[in-house]
Amino acid sequence: MNPVGLQDYLVVSVLLFSLGLLGVIVRRNVLVIYMALELMLNAANLALVAFSRYNDNLDGQVVVFFIITVAASEVAVGLALIVALYRRRQTTHVEDLTTLKL
Amino acid sequence: MSNPLPWLVLLLPLLSAVVITLFLQKEPRWSAIVSVGAIVVSCLLVVDLFAEYHAAGSPLDLSVEWLRVGRLNIEFGIHLDALSMLMLLVVTGVGSAIHIYSTGYMKHDPHFSRFFACLSLFTFSMLGVVVSNNFFQMFIFWELVGVCSYLLVGFWYHKPSAADAAKKAFLSNRVGDFGFLTGIILVWATVGTLNFVGIKEQLVKNPDVFDTVWTAAGLLIFCGAVGKSAQFPLHVWLPDAMEGPTPVSALIHAATMVAAGVYMLCRVFFFFNPVALHVIGWIGGITALMAALIAVQQDDIKRILAYSTLSQLGYMVMAVGLGAPPAAMFHLTTHACFKALLFLGAGSVIHAVSDEQNIWKMGRLKEKMPITYWTFLAATLALCGLWPLSGSFSKDAILDAAYQHSMTLFAVGVFVAFLTTFYMFRLFFVVFLGKAKSDLTSHAHESPPVMTGPLIVLAIASVAAGFFGIAQYVTPQFFAQAEIAPVFAPLAPFKESPWPAFLGLAAFFVGLAAAWGLYGKAESDPLPASFAEVCVVLRRKFYFDEIYAELIALTQDALAQCADAVDYFGIKLFVRLIHGFTELTGRGLRLLQTGNLQTYALLVAAGIALVLYFMMQH
Repeated sequence: MNPVGLQDYLVVSVLLFSLGLLGVIVRRNVLVIYMALELMLNAANLALVAFSRYNDNLDGQVVVFFIITVAASEVAVGLALIVALYRRRQTTHVEDLTTLKL
Repeated sequence: MSNPLPWLVLLLPLLSAVVITLFLQKEPRWSAIVSVGAIVVSCLLVVDLFAEYHAAGSPLDLSVEWLRVGRLNIEFGIHLDALSMLMLLVVTGVGSAIHIYSTGYMKHDPHFSRFFACLSLFTFSMLGVVVSNNFFQMFIFWELVGVCSYLLVGFWYHKPSAADAAKKAFLSNRVGDFGFLTGIILVWATVGTLNFVGIKEQLVKNPDVFDTVWTAAGLLIFCGAVGKSAQFPLHVWLPDAMEGPTPVSALIHAATMVAAGVYMLCRVFFFFNPVALHVIGWIGGITALMAALIAVQQDDIKRILAYSTLSQLGYMVMAVGLGAPPAAMFHLTTHACFKALLFLGAGSVIHAVSDEQNIWKMGRLKEKMPITYWTFLAATLALCGLWPLSGSFSKDAILDAAYQHSMTLFAVGVFVAFLTTFYMFRLFFVVFLGKAKSDLTSHAHESPPVMTGPLIVLAIASVAAGFFGIAQYVTPQFFAQAEIAPVFAPLAPFKESPWPAFLGLAAFFVGLAAAWGLYGKAESDPLPASFAEVCVVLRRKFYFDEIYAELIALTQDALAQCADAVDYFGIKLFVRLIHGFTELTGRGLRLLQTGNLQTYALLVAAGIALVLYFMMQH
């Protein structure tokens, strides 16, 4: 059996990304959409780490750390927003959230 | 700038205006001293210059280059020759008398300092017009005197009539000045210089330089004089300008500014071809006749004098048109003396009868105001041309010129001379003789010496100004080979050209007799009873104001309708088109804005996919 190569990682990354995107587009619940978004971020992370590993360049991993940090803060803000939104509208469905005004 | 004297003459009044405006607003005494001092010193300097110029015998031309734009080279200069020296003497001399008189006349006015600041500014501007050596500089000062006239006519701006009169004066002048400016541009485009001497040289070198536009150029330049000297058809502003204080009427609207037009015509006399001169002569004649006719039926003392000024200005312009600028300058000088005196006398009278201006409420002022009475009589006689007072010589010079060139204009001139005597003595008899026609006259009193002093000085000038050969003095300016007549020759007119002289004198006596017969003891005007229709027309000043108001309203309405049509069919249609297109596009694009997050996400993803697809292809 061949050793695991760059291509395999990239395929997994693409699959993950596509699943995330699909989730963002088709799911109705904001919380789930949010999770799908996280999935897309991590797909990108995987691709970056794989490139870094196979090109012997640590820059990619540094970027990944950044992304993880930013994602963490994003989660903090995003979840707070969703909770606030839910309290206000009593719904987390995107069809009901079509206006900018509250 | 070798000789600082001429610059000093010009700049002293400006300095005075600046100092009064900046520092002496609350110091009426000092502002009067500064203003009067400036013009008196200017006057003395002019006398000195006059002597100097006479000794040198050649024109003095000082100039500095001011700015150069492409081919246009503008100088700021002073040109002193016989013509401008004479005019400088008139402006500073008569101006000094009027400044001194004003200190008495305006004594109780709360805006005393502003008045003197304006007077000084005016003096500066007027001197600027006189000494200009090129059209451009003259135009600038020309506008400046217009501004000063505006400020001084509207001096009592809280009176609506004064504010309106100031506006009217300014706007009427605008019309004339538009022509003047167009003429100046035409001259510059054709000759390439604006310097008077330069233009003259070009014309001598190549008389056909103007080709077909010569007449047009001359008439456009003449437009400026029509506005400033209030000639028909732009004469309407001058009578209204009498709303200003009386010294202003004397200085600006009788002696100096309105004469600037005539002075300008004389300054560029070489420039007019026979056709233009013909038109100028007739405009002058028409103005003289029309104004004299209107003056016969006016009741306001200052308005009578204003129409008289118009009429005399018409005489001067007619003289220029008849090819006799020396006669015009002669009459300008004598007229400046006696008309300023008449206005100052009228001011003295108005002061005495509590600011009443209707002559039918005066009367019997002879005993109460002897000095005003005698000086007014001297000025009236001089204006009417009784030999040997100054007016007779200057008027005779004009009549003589008319006699030699055009019999019609000569007849007009003699008739106007008759009318002049008639309306002036109507005024004189009604105001000073006859019975007192209202209580206002009971407490009338003679004016203080500061006002009567200038009256006496001007009276002496009015009587004697004819003896100095002023016409002969300026003649070499215009006609190189002219014979210089003996300077003191009081009987010359009767020997050399008996017809004009005797007819002028006859007109005087006929007018005097008619005025005495009708108004010697009249209590009210007997004319309207016998000639009702004519008198109404004359009282309404030939309906000029009404016609102009009507014409302006018509033009304005037509223009407004044109603008409206353009607005409706041009601009509105265009705007509607743009508006419709934008709205339609907007409505279409709005369909995409659902507000649904997932639609946006899908569109973004599809967009990125599309971009990637195209990028990968290459």
